[in-house]
Amino acid sequence: MTEHDDDKLSGKRAEEFLQVFKKGAEFTQDLLKENERLRYRVVRLEEALKEQESEGGAGDADAENMKLRRRIEDLEREKQEILDRIKLVEAENLDFANRYVEIEAENNSLANLYIASYQLHSTLDFKEVLQVITEIVINLIGAEEFAVLLLDEKTNKLQAVVGEGVETSDLGTIAVGEGLIGQMAKTGENYFIEEMEGYVRDFQHPLVCIPLKIKEHVIGVIVIYKLLVQKSRFAEVDYELFTLLAGHAATAIFSSKLYSESERKLSTIQGFIDLLTK
Amino acid sequence: MSNYKVLIVEDSPTMRQLIVFALKRLRGLTIVEANDGVDGLKKLSGDKFDLILTDINMPIMDGLKLVSLVRNDPTYKDVPIVIITTEGASEDRDRAMALGADEYITKPIQTAKILEAARRLLNFGP
Repeated sequence: MTEHDDDKLSGKRAEEFLQVFKKGAEFTQDLLKENERLRYRVVRLEEALKEQESEGGAGDADAENMKLRRRIEDLEREKQEILDRIKLVEAENLDFANRYVEIEAENNSLANLYIASYQLHSTLDFKEVLQVITEIVINLIGAEEFAVLLLDEKTNKLQAVVGEGVETSDLGTIAVGEGLIGQMAKTGENYFIEEMEGYVRDFQHPLVCIPLKIKEHVIGVIVIYKLLVQKSRFAEVDYELFTLLAGHAATAIFSSKLYSESERKLSTIQGFIDLLTK
Repeated sequence: MSNYKVLIVEDSPTMRQLIVFALKRLRGLTIVEANDGVDGLKKLSGDKFDLILTDINMPIMDGLKLVSLVRNDPTYKDVPIVIITTEGASEDRDRAMALGADEYITKPIQTAKILEAARRLLNFGP
């Protein structure tokens, strides 16, 4: 091989090398461009992802907030319902308590009325009956000054038979139809003074006048002139007591008087029989 | 069931009945009745009582004298005493409380107050 051939071969190889190098440079250039493009795309994608993530996160929080808000509203509603129910139960409890107190008071009143009635009919002794009436008027009604007047059928006049805090003689006799007391005895109606405050004792005008009646037949009256210092007005039960007294005291008095008379007559007849049989 | 003994000193049989009837609502009570202060002292002697309820105005011996004697007797001095009376003036109340009464209830009868006082002084449950 000649020197010329060697030079030619070397030139060819250099040219091939340059070609390869150029291609390598072009390829590298392409790679760099592709790399740039991909990096740009990655950045865009990352940004998009970030945006999406941030948008998506806020949505979840809103949804959670909404959910919690609804739950709070539900709980508030439930709380209000419970509070309303508690109020209702409390009102019911108060109502029951008041009713219990009322029933207890009514029970006490009935028990007292029962005792009063029982005591009135526990004896046939006239004086004892008057004593029971006196005790009832003091202990159950709370009167301090009062009297019981009975009707004398022959004279048609009322005469005091027992008095507490007043002298029976001070009352004298009262004809039926005469004055307030006589009028009440005639009509059989109860009398209660309208205004108790400032009342000054007047034997003709008592605080209260209760006719003692057997059906419509008046046999006497109870007159009250003064109540105990601690009793300023009549209670509801007092009116029931007055009604009870009007009926039961009248029959108790009537029965005891009849019994006393029959006892007296029996004793007289027994005396005659003894005289005749001896 | 608790078994308490209660003495009622009252000259009015009607009032005694009213008090007895009221106290019967408290279970486990043995009730003894006396007509006046002297009768009350007789019933007290030789027996143990948990509560005394007494009127003031009574024949032979009044309720205040009874309270005074009970409080000065070492045997009964600690027995609670309830006064039930027509005397509603504050000086009457003060006198009774000064002598050693535990409760002062005025007439006409107040069943609820009597029951409340008895429950409290006998340490009854509600």
